[in-house]
Amino acid sequence: MAKHIGKQSIKFDLPPSIISAASTVGSKEGKGPLGTYFDVVLQDPLWGEDSWEKAESKLVQKTIERVIQKANLTPEDIQYIFAGDLLNQLTASTFGLRSFDIPFFGLFGACSTMGESMALGAMTIDGGFANYVVAEASSHFCGSEKQFRFPLELGTQRPLTASWTVTGSGAVILGKNGPGPYITYITPGKIIDLGIKDPMNMGAAMAPAAADTIINHFQDTGRTPKDYDLIITGDLGSVGKELALELVKKSGYDIESIFSDCGVEIFDAATQDTHAGGSGCGCSAVTFAGYLYKEMQNNKWSRILFIPTGALMSPGSTQQGESIPSIAHAVAIENKWA
Amino acid sequence: MDYVKAFIIGGIICVIGQILIDKTKLMSGRILVLFVVLGAVLHGMGLYEPLVKFGGAGATVPLPGFGYSLAKGAIEEVDKIGLKGAFTGGLKATSAGITAAVLFAFIAALIFNSKAKE
Amino acid sequence: MDQIQNMKKEYAQMVEKISPKSNLLRDCARAFWVGGVICTIGQLINNIIKSFGYNKDEASMLTTIVLVFLGILLTGLNIYSSLGKYAGAGSIVPITGFANSMVSPAIEYKKEGYVFGVGSRMFTIAGPVIVYGLTASVVVGIIHYFMK
Repeated sequence: MAKHIGKQSIKFDLPPSIISAASTVGSKEGKGPLGTYFDVVLQDPLWGEDSWEKAESKLVQKTIERVIQKANLTPEDIQYIFAGDLLNQLTASTFGLRSFDIPFFGLFGACSTMGESMALGAMTIDGGFANYVVAEASSHFCGSEKQFRFPLELGTQRPLTASWTVTGSGAVILGKNGPGPYITYITPGKIIDLGIKDPMNMGAAMAPAAADTIINHFQDTGRTPKDYDLIITGDLGSVGKELALELVKKSGYDIESIFSDCGVEIFDAATQDTHAGGSGCGCSAVTFAGYLYKEMQNNKWSRILFIPTGALMSPGSTQQGESIPSIAHAVAIENKWA
Repeated sequence: MDYVKAFIIGGIICVIGQILIDKTKLMSGRILVLFVVLGAVLHGMGLYEPLVKFGGAGATVPLPGFGYSLAKGAIEEVDKIGLKGAFTGGLKATSAGITAAVLFAFIAALIFNSKAKE
Repeated sequence: MDQIQNMKKEYAQMVEKISPKSNLLRDCARAFWVGGVICTIGQLINNIIKSFGYNKDEASMLTTIVLVFLGILLTGLNIYSSLGKYAGAGSIVPITGFANSMVSPAIEYKKEGYVFGVGSRMFTIAGPVIVYGLTASVVVGIIHYFMK
């Protein structure tokens, strides 16, 4: 049974275990610094399909099939799937999950979706509403450029603050019992908007949301930066990461020595021309399912705070002159719990 | 010699565009609209023709040159047939360019497929 | 209310300070030489066409057609997007860039069909150019009529 603590956090008395994790990525991610951690690296961005959107659906389907297999389970053992993506009306997820016979909660948190799916999945397990759930998120570079920005063939320049949407799907299975790592706390985020209007600088738009969730997490749980081996945001990128660090410092928490960002880790900005870093739901999802999960099992870190971040805008909202509200969901993951 | 002039004038117009891209938050689409309208307006004020005489393709190839063609066409038709010409002249003068763009873009869409960027 | 406005202003300043800016000099140099080269090629084509006996206006029109063709061909061959990344305005501002802006969405949206995909998306970026360019020319024409 969980407890609501502080303003917006939840402490799990019986922390759900992350039973298995699977990740599928595109070739650019495979060539990046974390390349060897992913289960499958696609050479063909279409994966043999007719369109980017269909390819992303295949990514979702195959990754979830794999994560269920890795847990030595069958689809019949899974009670619920929590998943989301960036495409209009979540079509990548819905079409990808059509073939599974599992009740589905479609989620939109933009690039924070993995945090949202893991948080809701953990609540569902701890509340006794399911034995096993799948939490997943995906994105596809080409599909996302087509929907949000420009056709791939258009000769435009990207500013240095722009990010590169990750092509990938990352999934985990949460269960009541297991060897860990465990989800011990969650701090779901609020919508935060400090007036940034530039869709080419999403790190700046999202940093305040990340900072707000981090600060509230510490205040709600009574923890401090010393309690964590790693605090890692979803896709603030190099620019947003620095901004978030400053904002968190202003509230009295210095997380610099343990702070990182999945968008910064997944690509090598110097050689892969990704400017501020990786972004998209897939960014935090595959980085967790591939890199963070495996290294926690290797005991590189035993307690991390995973904070996927999302920019809640639509192609039309920025054209209407709106700013970009953002959100960040924190999930505390530990190898042991008392 | 006219090659050097075309190079310089064309280069300068592009640099103005680049400054707008780097220094303002204007997207490329808005900059193109700005340039085409500027070309039309400058020709209306008689200021673009001298640039064309001096820079040749350096003035006609960049997008203000397209605005110049549109405005030039409108003015010439007005001189020929009166007020109606303001409505017919622009498209008349640029019909070849626009038709070519539509036709070739359509054929290209038939032949080529979208490729991922790395 | 005021506190939030202040927070927003302060944050905007922080963002401005921390966000990296592109190298203006380098970008302008690249835009200059690539844009210049494209115009020089245009001048060359124009001269060649004139040498076949066409007059000034005809040559100009045919030059436009050739440049549009080249822009579209380079886009289809997946070269124009790399050129655009390097040269920025040097490839966006010339008429070849206009052609690129028409064919890119046409190719990209093929999956949505030839009517609503190719047909309608062709004008996503070029449409405004035509709308405002044409409107400006009409206004210029009307003013010219009354000024005569």
